Amino acid sequence: MAISLDEVRHVAKLARLDLDEPEIMSLQTELNALIGHFSDIQAVDFGGVDPKLHASNLTNVWAEDVPRSSFKRELALKNAPMSKAGLFLVPMIIED
Amino acid sequence: MPNYVTSVGMEVHAELSTKSKMFCRCQVAFGGEPNTRTCPVCLALPGSLPVPNREAIEMVIKTALALNCKIGGTKEESIFHRKNYFYPDIPKGFQTTQYGEENPFGYHGYLEIPTPDGGTKRIGIRRIHLEEDTGKLMHLPSGGSGIDYNRAGTPLMEIVTDFPPDIHNGEEAKEYLSQLRQILMYLGVCDGKMEEGSLRCEPNISIAPEGSKELGVKSELKNLNSFRSVQMGIAFESRRQEAALENGETLLQETRGWNEQKESSFAMRIKEAENDYRYFPCPDLVPMSFTPEYIEELRANLPELPLAKFQRYTQEYGLSAYDANLLISEREWAYWFEEAIEKGGEPKAICNWMNSDFAKMLNEEGITSRQSKITPDHLVELVKLIEDGTISGKIAKTIFAKAYETGDMPKKLVEASGATQISDTGAIKAQVQAVLDANPDVVAKYKGGNMGVKGFLVGQIMKATQGRANPGIVQQLLDELLSS
Ligand SMILES: [Zn+2]
Repeated sequence: MAISLDEVRHVAKLARLDLDEPEIMSLQTELNALIGHFSDIQAVDFGGVDPKLHASNLTNVWAEDVPRSSFKRELALKNAPMSKAGLFLVPMIIED
Repeated sequence: MPNYVTSVGMEVHAELSTKSKMFCRCQVAFGGEPNTRTCPVCLALPGSLPVPNREAIEMVIKTALALNCKIGGTKEESIFHRKNYFYPDIPKGFQTTQYGEENPFGYHGYLEIPTPDGGTKRIGIRRIHLEEDTGKLMHLPSGGSGIDYNRAGTPLMEIVTDFPPDIHNGEEAKEYLSQLRQILMYLGVCDGKMEEGSLRCEPNISIAPEGSKELGVKSELKNLNSFRSVQMGIAFESRRQEAALENGETLLQETRGWNEQKESSFAMRIKEAENDYRYFPCPDLVPMSFTPEYIEELRANLPELPLAKFQRYTQEYGLSAYDANLLISEREWAYWFEEAIEKGGEPKAICNWMNSDFAKMLNEEGITSRQSKITPDHLVELVKLIEDGTISGKIAKTIFAKAYETGDMPKKLVEASGATQISDTGAIKAQVQAVLDANPDVVAKYKGGNMGVKGFLVGQIMKATQGRANPGIVQQLLDELLSS
């Protein structure tokens, strides 16, 4: 199963990555190498082992519904590139 | 021109009434200063680990049981998935949700809605799953957008109807939503406030020629924040689509907004996210499984639901459908009624007082039954005073109004005002005789065959006793004395 150049472009778009053609070419090679490793794993015989939904053997880990204190707002906003009136600022979302 | 059939799929989002968020313990509340209820988990800071809220999970399972669903996590484990997309109101770059047909906490259920002919119709429910709400995005006048993450991570339950849809018009959609809201509020899992956005409804609407096996191109409607707008919005969409098809236009699959003032829908300028969410099991959250014993315990502890109450009120207490519907409309109102019945109140009398004088006064003041000074004890006592003839129904109204104002018990108010009903025949007889003596001309008219003047005499007697004479005894004595 090889990944096409168009698939690399599609995934890059979903990941909001602006890639140029040489980058797309080299990522195709890298992603194909990665997928190659999975084919190696798929070749292993796992007969008798049930498929699992999760790597851990834990189930039902949860917390009781008791609120605790939150961040002070200054701390929450500390690493934001831009903030104003207690809000995180981002570029205008709805365009064209 | 063919007849068109409208089909409506309903997606309802209900914010759960937990105290803390879904995957962290930040407080859940409405409003407040922006970004004061956030932490590393709900801001998606690196290295933070989510832990699910047990109460939220239980609320969804309860809802699923009340809506006749099968329960995910009983046959096989149930898990959370990541729905990947970029939008600034989800800081993680994905929304934690539950994907799959039989993985959600509830699937393959139904809700019965009443129909105009007095019957019921079954609306299939495809899935009920648990996810998390987004933050709030605000467009700033200075350009750019500001984000408040207080709401981000609030437990959100999504309830999706079956496909193909069972709902075929705005009235049915409104009825479905109103029944659903009532059930959620009886379960205590959502406060049902559509105007605050804690209950949101996004119907998708399509039309197709009658008899057609295929459904038409659907539009999804947003910004519906009342039952009325849900009903009107769907009716409008179905008319708009029909007109477009009759004009030979091609319908687009689109998201449209509802304009409440103009009572019309408009195409929303939403940049459609790439419909490629790459769902996968969330590695941070472990699978969940529930024993049959646990599920049965939850089922056994479900409160009596509105429909069951309605049937009990009409069949057991003989109340009219209209009255029973008013009583069950709000959980607290129904519980108030039941408390009065438990304390020995006569159901029909209690119901009449609640749905008339009491409801009117509460509405005028804009408060709920529990905020009022009138308790079930007050009403039970008042109804007893009328039943045993201590006061007349007319005086009871005055006493009730006073009790509403002061919170004093009816018996005490009656004693203080001396407004007890006079049922002593001897005392009333003296008053009747006095009135007859004072009006010999009227008595003569009556004896001459003018029966109509009797009302005047009754009025005079009631006036002389400040309305306290027992009307039945007055009539009886008057007949007696006039015929003698
Ligand atoms: Zn948090």
